[in-house]
Amino acid sequence: MTTRLFGEPVARREDPRLLTGQGRYLDDLGRDALAAAFVRSPHAHARIRDIDVGPALDVPGLVAIYTWEDLPERVGRALPLLIPHPALTHGRTAYPLARHVVRHVGEPVVMVVAADRYTAEDACALIEVDYEPLKPVVGLEEAVQGAQLVHDDVPGNVGAHLVQEVAAADGRGAREAIETAPHTLAFRLDIERSASMPLEGRGVYARWDGHDLRVYSSTQTSTSVRMAVAAALGLPLPQVEVIAPDVGGGFGVKIVHPWPEEILIPWAAMTLGRELKWSEDRREHFISSAHERGQVQYVRAGFDDDGRVLGLDVTILHDHGAYTPYGIIVPIVTSTQLLGPYKLGAYRVEFSAVYTNTVQVTPYRGAGRPQGVFCMERTMDKIARYLGKDRTEVRAVNLIQPEEFPYDQRMTFQDGRPLIYDSGNYPEMLRMIKELIGWDDFVRAPGRGIGIGCYVEGTGVGPYEGGHVQVTSDGRVHVSTGLTSQGQGHETAFAQIAATELGVPIERISVVTGDTRRFGYAVGTFASRAAVVSGNAIALACRKVREKALRIAAGALEADPSDLQITDGVVHVVGAPTASIPLSTVAVLANPLRYAFDEETAKATQFSGTASPDRPPVAEGEEPGLEGRDYYSPIRSTFAAGMHAAVVETDPDTAEIRIVRYAVVHDCGRLINPMIVEGQIHGGVAQGVGGALYERMVYDSHGQLVNASFMDFLMPYATEVPHIETAHLETPSPLNPLGIKGAGEAGVIPVSAVIASAIEDAEGIAIDRMPISPSELFGLRTAHAR
Amino acid sequence: MKPPPFEYHAPGDLGAALRTLAEVRGKVLAGGQSLIPMLNMRLTAPEYLVDINRVASLGGIDVTEAGVRVGALARHSEVERAGAHPLLTRALKLVAHPVIRNRGTVVGSLVHADPAAELPAVLAVLGGSVRVARWEGHTQVVRDVPAADFFTGPMESAVQPGELAVSAFFPALGFRTGDAFEEVARRHGDYALAGVCAVVTLDEEAYVTAAKVACIGVGPVPVVVDVSEASGHCPVHELDWAEVGRLVQSAVEPEDDIHASAAYRRHLVGVLAERALWKAAREGAAIRGA
Repeated sequence: MTTRLFGEPVARREDPRLLTGQGRYLDDLGRDALAAAFVRSPHAHARIRDIDVGPALDVPGLVAIYTWEDLPERVGRALPLLIPHPALTHGRTAYPLARHVVRHVGEPVVMVVAADRYTAEDACALIEVDYEPLKPVVGLEEAVQGAQLVHDDVPGNVGAHLVQEVAAADGRGAREAIETAPHTLAFRLDIERSASMPLEGRGVYARWDGHDLRVYSSTQTSTSVRMAVAAALGLPLPQVEVIAPDVGGGFGVKIVHPWPEEILIPWAAMTLGRELKWSEDRREHFISSAHERGQVQYVRAGFDDDGRVLGLDVTILHDHGAYTPYGIIVPIVTSTQLLGPYKLGAYRVEFSAVYTNTVQVTPYRGAGRPQGVFCMERTMDKIARYLGKDRTEVRAVNLIQPEEFPYDQRMTFQDGRPLIYDSGNYPEMLRMIKELIGWDDFVRAPGRGIGIGCYVEGTGVGPYEGGHVQVTSDGRVHVSTGLTSQGQGHETAFAQIAATELGVPIERISVVTGDTRRFGYAVGTFASRAAVVSGNAIALACRKVREKALRIAAGALEADPSDLQITDGVVHVVGAPTASIPLSTVAVLANPLRYAFDEETAKATQFSGTASPDRPPVAEGEEPGLEGRDYYSPIRSTFAAGMHAAVVETDPDTAEIRIVRYAVVHDCGRLINPMIVEGQIHGGVAQGVGGALYERMVYDSHGQLVNASFMDFLMPYATEVPHIETAHLETPSPLNPLGIKGAGEAGVIPVSAVIASAIEDAEGIAIDRMPISPSELFGLRTAHAR
Repeated sequence: MKPPPFEYHAPGDLGAALRTLAEVRGKVLAGGQSLIPMLNMRLTAPEYLVDINRVASLGGIDVTEAGVRVGALARHSEVERAGAHPLLTRALKLVAHPVIRNRGTVVGSLVHADPAAELPAVLAVLGGSVRVARWEGHTQVVRDVPAADFFTGPMESAVQPGELAVSAFFPALGFRTGDAFEEVARRHGDYALAGVCAVVTLDEEAYVTAAKVACIGVGPVPVVVDVSEASGHCPVHELDWAEVGRLVQSAVEPEDDIHASAAYRRHLVGVLAERALWKAAREGAAIRGA
């Protein structure tokens, strides 16, 4: 049996449990808990005149009804603005329950607690809220005109405005570089809204025993929810534990916290002295959680005869919905990651984060990158078309070369640190993707096109994660880390790291994530960071344990620690396999005992003769037990990259669009588990296909989301997702001990750009707006034929 | 997404079911593939639900030379597997997904009368009928409603409160007759943006003697267009089917929605009518040759 598992396609250890219905998700817990439901605003913008709960009071099984007026001061405060930024001059967040004004359909107004969810919804239906409707602000262009305001004190509906400019080597700004460039292009791009849409919605279940509060939340950050809940309820941190059980997908929406329900459910559980649960239903998820993607981009590019970009000037209107709880991370990511694998002459990017009376916008897998990549890759295609060049040639002349790393893009990234690419090999990647898709041999025909898209993804942002590793006296290894899992395969990947570092069979390793009882310090699972940040922390913790194990074993074997090795969970002298001691025994020896409870632990008791009578049983500077804890705090993000290509066919009669082939070349540094990375890519591409061809949030002029169900919000089925061909390139990151980069979001990022590129190739019509449906392609054809 | 309160009835035989319906005028629950989501979203709030799943006599598929009679509890998948009627089988493969077809019923789809659903078009193009029963006095009264009268508007059928649709009859295709169902949906198994089913009968010289289409997704009810006259003047292989498609196109008045424009739907009907008619004609010709 090998313990060298790093890099092996180990089958996901969590799958038998998750795929056979043995997972325990939020709604599987708290069977006897009371249930909560919410009256949510039916208006996009309205003042609340009066709330009459009277008609609901006779519903049998009703327990309590709360409005904002009923909340104590601390609980009723506006929710925190999680990531402040100097440019976010007018950041606004919602109240847990609406206070005076509602700003989007779905905003919670009244909380009802009842014996079960059916009863709670019956009571909700009887509560009468008297609204004075206000004119809603819908659509970016209408919003920036500022005739109507989402927030009275935010003029022009602009919450943030940020200009970032990187001058050319000769000191000229982007606009000047464009003016004087041999060729220029100007165009507008539109990207529509979509949403994370995890299969399991959000959910909270709280238990209060009179002293301690335990909260289960379907979250991407249990440690931070814990701090937010403790603060809102005025409880000392040690009296609050937060656990993320199995989480049925997150994709970004569950990194936002505290959600109103994460404050209200624990508060009501404490107030009522009863267990209380709320699990979000699909309609609530559509209208009350978060969306992303919506942007309008105005682009100007100046370039030379080879297609080299001399200047790029992008102005972005970013639809932020009604509130900005997660700051302006999404437009910052768009602005910075737009640059992709290219070195531009000069770059200017300006964004306005605009309020509208719609669901708030927070990161969704890719987090602003798909929009940025769409912009840059459309630009590359347009330059190629203008110059009559092959699209890959134009990209090639703009690529950063392998010898130019670390490459400083001279901007500030989403972690507040310099945008410096640590490593990569983009020309090789371009060669590989061309070979994989057969770019040079592609036979173009009417209705058949090929497209390409390239991206760079900053992954593994800080500030830190930690790992704790404990070897127990049965020889088992218990790994814990504070960040959460939403199905990424952490139980497998982290165990592979531990198995490799410790020399222990993976079967003896268990992994716990997202449980503040086990590990209290963490940031969360987002931004393709878990493998990079927790993975390295766990490796470092393992190294501490290994060092201690070798030290103890060296004493027992009367050998030098440097002559020892751990194989299959046994410490042995190199070259003398009989001189060995199992890790289980080392764990026993690491914890001097007064009381034995079995034969093994008897070896560590005071009369066993294993310890020297001349030294204290626990040496100075040592701790009992064979365990270690360590943290990894990256100096800055590590930059993964990828290039995708696709062949599409468009039906000449029906305008249906079919993806015939889809190819991915991907570089996330050293691979922990290629099978998991490929799974991440497949899932990401599937979501990308959704963004390219199917998904949009359709708001009418009244601010009603008219497709708030899976009947009308179209996510691709397996039948709509093509077979995905993948190839890996591994350029290790020099920034972390394991040399890894993040892979979680990669798949989704360039898909809209790739599909637009391919459709444009097939049709000969500019594709500047995504997603695109057959009906819209038909419309473009009709307009083009005129 | 929990239904509002309702009173639940589960009669054990047809008489009990009809008496219950006569008394409470409740909503009938068969496969529940549309009704249950509508209840959960509180889009409908019937006071009474009459579950007919225990009425054994409503199951079954009865095949005769004249056609196929499908009972109210026959599931989509059961009828699909029986393969008793080529056009019905073809259409059923386009209805949603296997899991839904395992539970949903053919008669339920007809009564639900979604303007984009396939099965109403099949009933309409074949000139089939739905048998509707009610309890009156001390006995059950049955009437057969022809397809042309059955679909009265979007999501509306001729079944009156207190009545139960007990079966549907799909007439058999005649000799030298081919059929086809062409549709465009956004995703596999979705309701169609537009669809056309066609039935074409030829004579011995490969001239069309009868050709009829029913279009879905382009009007409040399936739009039936008889194109026998327009396609009977020359042998099918020489016929300009695009011309016939345009004739069908001119008979529909589609509307915009969030998935497709009216212009696109109108365009699709022309394309799909041409494809469906030509396929059906070729199939009819092949049957002749066999």
